Amino acid sequence: MAHDVMTRVPAPAPAGAGARSPRPRKRGSWAAWAFLAPIVIYLLAFYAYPLYRNLDLSLRHYTVRSFVQGDAPFSGLDNYRTVFDDAAFGPALVHTLAFTFVSIAFQFAIGLALAVFFAQNFRLSGTLRALFLVPWLLPLIVSASTWSWMLNSDSGIVNHALGLVGVDPVNWLTSPDWALTSVIIANIWIGIPFNLVVLYSGLQAIPAEVYEAAAIDGANSWQRFWRVTFPLLRPVSAITLLLGLVYTLKVFDLIWIMTKGGPADASTTFATWSYRFSFGSLLPEFGPGAAVGNLLIIMALFFGLLYIRFQKRLDS
Amino acid sequence: MIKQHAKTGLGLIFTAIMLFPVYWMINVSLTKDTDMRADPPHLFPFDGTLEGYRAVIDQQMPYLGTSLFIGLGTVILTLLISAPAGFALAKLRPKGGGTLSFVLLIAQMIPGIIMAMGFYAIYLRLGVLNTVGGLILADSTIAVPFGVLIFTAFMSGIPDELINAALIDGASKWRTFVSVILPISRNAIVTVSLFAFLWAWSDFVFATTLDGGGDAQPITLGIYHYIGNNNQQWNAIMATAVVASIPATLLLILAQRYVAAGVTAGAVKD
Repeated sequence: MAHDVMTRVPAPAPAGAGARSPRPRKRGSWAAWAFLAPIVIYLLAFYAYPLYRNLDLSLRHYTVRSFVQGDAPFSGLDNYRTVFDDAAFGPALVHTLAFTFVSIAFQFAIGLALAVFFAQNFRLSGTLRALFLVPWLLPLIVSASTWSWMLNSDSGIVNHALGLVGVDPVNWLTSPDWALTSVIIANIWIGIPFNLVVLYSGLQAIPAEVYEAAAIDGANSWQRFWRVTFPLLRPVSAITLLLGLVYTLKVFDLIWIMTKGGPADASTTFATWSYRFSFGSLLPEFGPGAAVGNLLIIMALFFGLLYIRFQKRLDS
Repeated sequence: MIKQHAKTGLGLIFTAIMLFPVYWMINVSLTKDTDMRADPPHLFPFDGTLEGYRAVIDQQMPYLGTSLFIGLGTVILTLLISAPAGFALAKLRPKGGGTLSFVLLIAQMIPGIIMAMGFYAIYLRLGVLNTVGGLILADSTIAVPFGVLIFTAFMSGIPDELINAALIDGASKWRTFVSVILPISRNAIVTVSLFAFLWAWSDFVFATTLDGGGDAQPITLGIYHYIGNNNQQWNAIMATAVVASIPATLLLILAQRYVAAGVTAGAVKD
């Protein structure tokens, strides 16, 4: 029992707090909340309040002037209606889902293949695996600007390489047909390390005896992967995928830096759309911006709760 | 034996492909303006130039200084708030602690861009837009929930007997936390500091919304303005990118195992 200590040792409760309580356990609780006071205040001031402000923004009609003075009239769900009726709504939703799911699918598949590869014993395996972390640690603006230059239509190395195998140059970032693909490619690259590391640690947890048994039964390496590794890795895989969903849904910097959501909304997602409403022009529309943001929160929370449910199930 | 070498070779090839963009960034940072659009592109920076790096020193040093300051400030704030919380959740286990942990998990899922909008509205009213302090506060929201999670997980592993012994010796809970728990939690402190610093250093969302017009802007904005104003001098842009990547590289070399520990702790429970 964790509370055993507290029943024997008088807890140094903050001034008078719970001092008269007959149950020492309660005093332990007071001490604990003294340690937790900073985080509780912090969460209220720097999470709850900004989120409340954002909700409030989405329910009022703001102009630049009323934003400063704070006297914007209440407008109910008008901003949400504006957003739903906007021509950009459908495409933004499709792009958000495509960006998220395509990125995740590739990150996961490549990350898993690499994890299986690096789980084998060979020289330099550890060092090379560590080097794979680099793309994940770089500031996003660095990765985004590097990819922008690599994908440059005229002088980019990617088009040059395509030219060597006889493929015509592609207007990666400037053509509406390719902009979304371009940001997805860059995002896959950024996400591979995370998937690799998490799946690798999952592989380490699978006991070697299982493989030995499978080998004795005559399973070849392909069968060992599909019949042993993959099923045993399922819990870790599910968590990797769900966390990936939550994180990828939020991606903003990468898209904004590479394409600004363009050309012609071709790579607009909810995150960049929301930003463009609020900060993207000289005439900010904070109401609709906040409304889009809140829709994005709902999507993130949906996957977030799925993640938490899953983890709870694993714990029990 | 031969199979071993083949695997190492294959591993080298995979790593080379993965790190190609990083190599290309370095290569372009050393390429002369006149060779920038050469066809075929120069694959190696023979006959290169350091002009890009000279531009970094001339123009980007203040941005780098600001980022360093913001990063360190964020680390301190994050540790101050998350370490005691982790201790309480792991060892004192009060009623309602589970709910708090749940709230912290949820907090990690809120998109930064949404937080930025809320912060903007608040900062505008308080008059702290474009201040370094305001940016440190906002940046810390990326790392604090993660910090609590790491500290809780790590401190749960510290044996209760150790704490009991200190308490029986007459130390207060606070004293026990400071003189017993914190020193053994060095690994957790390093992991949290590392991520708090990296995230603050890399932050673009909060910087562009909350500090877009200040005198003290971080390096992410330095690069962003550079791309906007000057999309010709790619060697200077890439040189700035290389310099901005130095903290990440250094941290990776110095604290490799903490990085992996941090990534995994965020996703998998032991």
